[in-house]
Amino acid sequence: MQNQFLRFLLWRMVQFLPVVAMATLTIFSLIQLVPGDPAATIAGEYATAENIEAIRHSLGLDRPLWEQYGIWLWNAAQGDLSNSLLSGLPVMDEVLRRLPSTLTIAVLALCIAVIVGVPLGVLAATRADTMLDRLVTGIASLGVAVPNFWLGMILVSIFALGFGWFPTTGARPISEDFWGALHHAALPAATLATGGIAEIARQLRSSLIEVLQSQYVRTLRAKGLPNYLILWKHGLRNAALTLLTVIGLVFNHMLGATVATEAVFAISGTGSMIVNAAINKDFPVVQGAVFVLVLIVIVMNLIIDLFYSLLDPRVKKG
Amino acid sequence: MDTTTKAIATPGRFISFLNWLRSDLRAALSLGYLLLLVIVSVAAPLIATHSPIAQTPDYLAPADATYLLGTDDLGRDVFSRVIYGTPMSLIASFTAVGVGLAIGLPFGMMAGYMGGWVDIVISRVIDTLLSFPGIVLAVAVTGALGIGLTNAMIAVGIVFAPNIARLIRIQTIVVKNQLYVDAARSFGMPVHRIILRHVVPNAIQPVIVQVTVMLAGALLAEASLSFLGLGVQPPWPSWGQMLARGYTYMEIAPEQMYVPGIAILLTALAYNGLGESLRARLDPTRRAGR
Repeated sequence: MQNQFLRFLLWRMVQFLPVVAMATLTIFSLIQLVPGDPAATIAGEYATAENIEAIRHSLGLDRPLWEQYGIWLWNAAQGDLSNSLLSGLPVMDEVLRRLPSTLTIAVLALCIAVIVGVPLGVLAATRADTMLDRLVTGIASLGVAVPNFWLGMILVSIFALGFGWFPTTGARPISEDFWGALHHAALPAATLATGGIAEIARQLRSSLIEVLQSQYVRTLRAKGLPNYLILWKHGLRNAALTLLTVIGLVFNHMLGATVATEAVFAISGTGSMIVNAAINKDFPVVQGAVFVLVLIVIVMNLIIDLFYSLLDPRVKKG
Repeated sequence: MDTTTKAIATPGRFISFLNWLRSDLRAALSLGYLLLLVIVSVAAPLIATHSPIAQTPDYLAPADATYLLGTDDLGRDVFSRVIYGTPMSLIASFTAVGVGLAIGLPFGMMAGYMGGWVDIVISRVIDTLLSFPGIVLAVAVTGALGIGLTNAMIAVGIVFAPNIARLIRIQTIVVKNQLYVDAARSFGMPVHRIILRHVVPNAIQPVIVQVTVMLAGALLAEASLSFLGLGVQPPWPSWGQMLARGYTYMEIAPEQMYVPGIAILLTALAYNGLGESLRARLDPTRRAGR
């Protein structure tokens, strides 16, 4: 048992490497999308020919593509994501400085989404086709369709400006001031959580309804197992696989949505870092920050895979 | 012969389409609202009461008979800007999904139909691209292509492409193994004809549903990117960009952030509602119920 699990873990790790390699290749190719000459674009409108050449050389754009990629990858593997074109500071330092505020709101949002979304989904599924079910499904449809930055603005106007319960903007480092950080993160996390709550409730509902209508649940009912036991021991255990998949997708969405949420709440996290860098054509910063976010998603997917294997013995063998 | 069959088929189809709308309120409302948006887009110059970009000295005027929704911080009529923002949103969502289809469809079909190493390579690329947080990748691609609505929508299309490719790949594998495809192959039908005549029409149905739902995603992505200043460029209005401006003077004129937001919400709801209704209608296991 233990041995099998370790082998599974090792196999997953081996599969993890090509995905990371492919992700780095994608991120590296971003600069190839720049129309015309990237060096000229970076140098700006009033650059002289020497300026452009200097930039081309300093970014290594005068070398063959595979060599550029090799150097970038080699440096990235050692934790060097090169320097910002604007500030000249190492990208890695800046990413690590900003990452905690982004992760604080994203992780808090994920917790809220699970804590609120799961009961809603279970409630809707066990009372399928009642008014309550329709209410939950309706709210979920709204939650999927609402632009989350707009929701953030409304939350600010009600709870920060109106009632004054929360600060309007900014973030506190969670390592120094735990409760202060949570207080600051509450509104942005609630903003991010909406789509997640809706998605989790919808998917869990439909997956649970499918399980509860299956033959073996009918058998369990026939043999007289009480409803709550059927729900907890059989229904949720089977629906948990769907739930895990959805949690992975939702976390990915949330990390993405931080770009707009951080703008609304003036949080200097990795999302706003990527937006500013994209506007200012600071490509090393864009590449480095996107790389770190993708790495987080890939690791998250790995963890979810491990949970899969714990919940479903079939996955381990496959 | 083709024209006669069409002439007979069309009224039948049209009537069944009307019956569908009558039996499915959500589909009727969604389609009606989207149709209204198209009309507003085309007739924007007739509906708008002011120029959407003309600045006046009436900064942040409240709503009244002249300025139906008030004016913004540059004295521009908010109502007219919402009206002129409509075509931007529609064009943006269709462009993004069109780009996604143009990239995703051929790659997904290639992977599904050819199998082997082609499938392995394309599938790995799809998996990798799906692990990028969508909006983040869109922001990065927009930054590389250059800021502006068209580039932003191409970026969103690139982000959507792997989703479409994955879906069409699975469908293609299912259709490829059908008996009629085998039959066509044994008659010596060339591959491109098999794909055009048999695979595409039979694999496309779930994609239609997915595309409708993706229009909502594209709309929300356009709103986010324009909100962040990467999409529609001033002075031209878009709903997302109006929200960004409105947010900066929210404490003085809070009412201005409601209308563009509600417009985005309703449009996304309409796309999603239409998608859900289409899914229910096209799903053979649920057709008997309704």
